[in-house]
Amino acid sequence: MIAYLSRRIAALVPVALGVATLTFAIIHLVPGDPVIAMLGETAAPSDVDGMRHQLGLDRPILTQYAAFLCGLARGNLGESISTHKPVAKLIAERFPATLELAAAGMIVAILIAFPLGFVAGSNPGGAADLSAMGFAIVGVSIPHIYLGPLLMILFSLDLRLLPLTGRGGLSHLVLPAFTLGTAMAAILARMLRQSLIRVRDSDYMRTAIAKGLSGRAALLHHGLKNALTPVVTVIGLQMGALLSGALITEVIFSWPGVGRLMIGAIGARDYPLVEGCVLTFAMTYVIVNLATDVAYALFDPRVRIS
Amino acid sequence: MIAQGRNPSLAIGVVIVVALASVAISGPVLIHTDPLAIDLPNALAGPSFTHPLGCDSLGRDMLARLIWGARLSLSVSALVVIASLILGSLVGGIAGLAGGKIDHLVMRGVDIILAFPGILLAIAIAAILGPGLPDLIVALAAMGWTGYARIVRGEMLSLRERDYVIAARALGARPSRLLFHHLLPGVAGPVAVQATFGLGGIIGAEAALSFLGVGVTPPTPSWGNMLDSGRAFLLVAPHLTTAPGLAIGISILGFNLLGDGIAQKIGHRD
Repeated sequence: MIAYLSRRIAALVPVALGVATLTFAIIHLVPGDPVIAMLGETAAPSDVDGMRHQLGLDRPILTQYAAFLCGLARGNLGESISTHKPVAKLIAERFPATLELAAAGMIVAILIAFPLGFVAGSNPGGAADLSAMGFAIVGVSIPHIYLGPLLMILFSLDLRLLPLTGRGGLSHLVLPAFTLGTAMAAILARMLRQSLIRVRDSDYMRTAIAKGLSGRAALLHHGLKNALTPVVTVIGLQMGALLSGALITEVIFSWPGVGRLMIGAIGARDYPLVEGCVLTFAMTYVIVNLATDVAYALFDPRVRIS
Repeated sequence: MIAQGRNPSLAIGVVIVVALASVAISGPVLIHTDPLAIDLPNALAGPSFTHPLGCDSLGRDMLARLIWGARLSLSVSALVVIASLILGSLVGGIAGLAGGKIDHLVMRGVDIILAFPGILLAIAIAAILGPGLPDLIVALAAMGWTGYARIVRGEMLSLRERDYVIAARALGARPSRLLFHHLLPGVAGPVAVQATFGLGGIIGAEAALSFLGVGVTPPTPSWGNMLDSGRAFLLVAPHLTTAPGLAIGISILGFNLLGDGIAQKIGHRD
């Protein structure tokens, strides 16, 4: 296991370097002058040069890149242009809110998906299956940017049950978590259903039923555990969608996380802050992926060998 | 998926997609209202005979804006999918055919792009490029091509070991003949399925980018920016968010059903 872990962590280094390089390239090499964008087309040339010098943008691109990587290695992401605070500090303040939202979204997804997928998969073709899969196809098609406002209209404005926006107690978390988790719930429910249908035909299930267990009990006690393996894989694969969904959900619900920070920074043309937020999302995703794989290797020793 | 032999996903998907495309193509002929015409006395008006879907906060006709939004959504999505498909197939095809070091290098590059979760890369590129439809298309395609590259590479790697390809090679078929007659037809099915889901996915991504303010900018009507501007009036005029929201949802649903249906038809994915 230690060999596997060190191999995986070593493989992380080139990906992390690549992510940093690509982020740098997007901000610095894509056409469009950030200084002009910040100061406006009519800015005096001396102001433009001054700003460029202050940001270090007048140095050769490779020098800037080296400085960027050196700063990164020390956890220094530069200074925000609009607030003059360190980017790393701004992000560190907002990061827990993003993690909280993403975790809540995933919990909601699992809580919806497991019963739904189990009911659908234990009697495929039945009425419950049809409605569960109807929910799944609608759930995966409804965009966050519509589901969010829809839930706000229903539960905040009409029924007045839950707060409209912002972060606070558990009640503030409910609507954003459902907005974020529904699409993932739909995908997981579908996956669990298919997986259960495949498991139903296996020999050990036939044995369990032959020994007198009811179909549903056999599925619950013997089938479910085996059917969950592909579902766990899909949970890992869906982490990217979950993180980028969290970014959008934060904007919808004025949730004070890294996503909303990033969209604000884009509006304010605060490029160092945008760069830091993009890096944070990508690196979080890379690390979550690693954690998923390691968890997988813990449960399934076969993974460690290849 | 539901009943053996029947394919309701395909049927419903075709109906939705055809309806959507007809509205987008013939819309301006059916509806003569200018989607940009401001009419302040009618601001936030509910549905009526002259304005079937009501008016937005500037009194602009929602139906006209919705139809022009459909034209924009569908054409952006189609262009992005075509660009992603061409780029992804080229890169994936070269990696899969060449194998070895080139394959390894290319796929590590793809992995780095895939390390950016969801639409993050498109948001970042669109934010830096600035507003404008060509920029939006570039940003979305920069994110979208990797899926095709992976599929084409995977299929190439498996196809080139098949007996009929080995036989053709043994018979002296040139590489170009191998590619166009034996390999590409085998890849077409999975790529078609991916492209169908991609059309829906890009409609959603474009809407999200426009919603976040880095896609299509007002006054040009896009479903995403219509939703964004409608949010301020959730209490007084919920139809401003419902109409574009349903349009996005139904479009994505249509392409998802169509993708499921095609996958079922060609026996790909279960």
